[in-house]
Amino acid sequence: MIETVPQQHGEQPVKPADGDTIIRVERVYKTYRMGDIEVHALRGASLMVNRGEFVAIMGPSGSGKSTMMNIIGCLDRPTKGQYFLEGEDVSVFGKAELADIRNKRVGFVFQSFNLVPRTSALENVELPLLYAGVSSKERVRRAREALATVGLSDREKNMPNQLSGGQQQRVAIARSLVNNPSIILADEPTGALDTRTSVEVMEIFQRLNRERNLTIIIVTHEHDISQYAGRVVQFRDGRIRRDEPVEDRKDAAEVLANMPSSEDDDE
Amino acid sequence: MNSFAILKVALRALGRNKLRSALTMLGIIIGVGAVIAMVSIGQGAQAMIEQQINSMGSNVLYVMPGNITTGGASLGQGAANTLTDEDVEAMRREIPTIAAASPVVRSQTQMVFGNQNWFVRIEGTNEFFPELRNWTVDQGTFFTEGDVLSAARVVVLGRTVAERLFPGLDPIGQTIRVRNLAFRVVGVLAEKGQSMVGQDQDDTAVMPYTTVQKKLLGQVIPSVNQAMVSAVSQEATVVVQRQINELLRQRHKIGPGETDDFSVRNMSDVAAASQQMTTIMTLLLGSIAAISLIVGGIGIMNIMLVSVTERTREIGIRMAVGARPSYIRLQFLAESLVLSLTGGLIGVVIGGSLAAAISGVLGFPTLVSALSITVSFAFATCIGIFFGYYPAHKAAALDPIEALRYE
Ligand SMILES: Nc1ncnc2c1ncn2[C@@H]1O[C@H](COP(=O)(O)OP(=O)(O)O)[C@@H](O)[C@H]1O
Ligand SMILES: [Mg+2]
Repeated sequence: MIETVPQQHGEQPVKPADGDTIIRVERVYKTYRMGDIEVHALRGASLMVNRGEFVAIMGPSGSGKSTMMNIIGCLDRPTKGQYFLEGEDVSVFGKAELADIRNKRVGFVFQSFNLVPRTSALENVELPLLYAGVSSKERVRRAREALATVGLSDREKNMPNQLSGGQQQRVAIARSLVNNPSIILADEPTGALDTRTSVEVMEIFQRLNRERNLTIIIVTHEHDISQYAGRVVQFRDGRIRRDEPVEDRKDAAEVLANMPSSEDDDE
Repeated sequence: MNSFAILKVALRALGRNKLRSALTMLGIIIGVGAVIAMVSIGQGAQAMIEQQINSMGSNVLYVMPGNITTGGASLGQGAANTLTDEDVEAMRREIPTIAAASPVVRSQTQMVFGNQNWFVRIEGTNEFFPELRNWTVDQGTFFTEGDVLSAARVVVLGRTVAERLFPGLDPIGQTIRVRNLAFRVVGVLAEKGQSMVGQDQDDTAVMPYTTVQKKLLGQVIPSVNQAMVSAVSQEATVVVQRQINELLRQRHKIGPGETDDFSVRNMSDVAAASQQMTTIMTLLLGSIAAISLIVGGIGIMNIMLVSVTERTREIGIRMAVGARPSYIRLQFLAESLVLSLTGGLIGVVIGGSLAAAISGVLGFPTLVSALSITVSFAFATCIGIFFGYYPAHKAAALDPIEALRYE
């Protein structure tokens, strides 16, 4: 079930949501100051996402996609504007409160995986639980479960440098979902992966979206990848220029089944 | 986040750079080790002095000619010739609470026996010397009252002098030459060992003070360097001290308001003075060692700063998955604490062994006290927190986005 939101233009107010709104970003500005120069990364961008949506964000490099993701993921705060997460205005939250949101309510996946080096896959996945104060035994149980979800049960003792790129990204996805967040944000999660591995990652996202009703937002450069989402949002110059549903949505599991399996890959 | 989990993460991080962690710890190990060793030497010296003073008897008083202003630590000879053997005799005669008294006349001279010769400190006293100094004769006998009255050429040797002049021989009854005079050896004193200032106390010889005055110093008007007096009991020392004061002022015809030309001090004064001296020494040694502990702390800070910079990206990742800044701060503090506490622990062991080695090799007593261990350990902890705080704060203040972008 795909919900669509009418096309939004930068300065226009957001229309009231007709579903269960989980993310509501309202006319957000982000300005970086580099010496004397001001860089306007976001210029009044507004976005509304309902619970259970799968959104792909596209747009040219430097258009503000990552900045938007960081704000949605509570890694950063807007210079101006408001951000409501599950109805709460988090743009006024302090550092510790934002850390708690990142810990429990949002999972983040990065293009460069960002696993802690020289730390096993299992322990990397355990990290959010460590900061949530979960007991050691329970941490291991849940981390194993998350690794199983991404199909990496047999790699839990491996260090990041003993894993392929695709495997590392799956560990990162396991880490993002281990604390049962309602949203997973992925900034170019397939940017460093080959085609097959990319589809495998998209298969995991589609599965999590479908089976657990997780809200997923990914940033991608590739049109192909965006077609696995239910809705594509186009960024340009710090604003949203287009926002439309995907007409003929692709099913990653199906695509994978029709692909010749490759030798050099994960398993 | 419980403290056990924090500790585990800290140990893991330190374990990744074992050599670096060990070298950083070395600064604290040396610092704590030095503090423990130095303070134990100082406290050992203090304990030895206390013991020596106690062995001298706490009811002993010294009378010195000339005025030594109170509070001064000097026990040196008075400048003026204001104390005579008649004064000493009068004290003994007129003050009933005095058990024994003796003039002390010092000199030093060459002693010759056969082809052996030795330069010796001479102490001239009377027959009460063994009682006053709590120092018995090991071989032979001490000289008698008669020897003192007749200024007899007799000598009682310290153990070292006896061994130097009579290697392998029995010195008793032998004749030695002192300034071309023949002296008969009547006794050898029991071995006493080193004094509080490291001097060999057995490198001495005792003669009747009259002999020293007449035969060695050739004094026309006899004078004494000091008088040694013992009270009948420790409680009596205060009375004795007052009575000596009154008696000598009267004998020396010192009017009211005029300053004494002598001074009397009891052993507790001496104890206090030397206590003060060793305390200063202990503090001095301890603070020099403490400086090395601070240098060790700066080493920790330096390494922690390097570590924060190196692990900027890791800090970013931890923040991104929900580590609060306060937790990041705790984690780095835990690392510097582990370094300083482990270093402190090893330092205590090494400092203790060092102290033991020093007393073994140099024959100098040392005392590793619970206090010095507690203090240096607490100091190491404070250093860990103090020098670890800034790097930890720096890590906690990082912006997650910038930390993640750090190359
Ligand atoms: N920390 C920063 N300091 C200065 N400029 C920044 C910073 N982060 C992003 N920018 C600038 O903001 C703009 C938007 O960046 P970003 O959101 O990363 O774009 P995208 O992800 O769409 O490529 C770019 O011009 C970029 O150079
Ligand atoms: Mg980007």
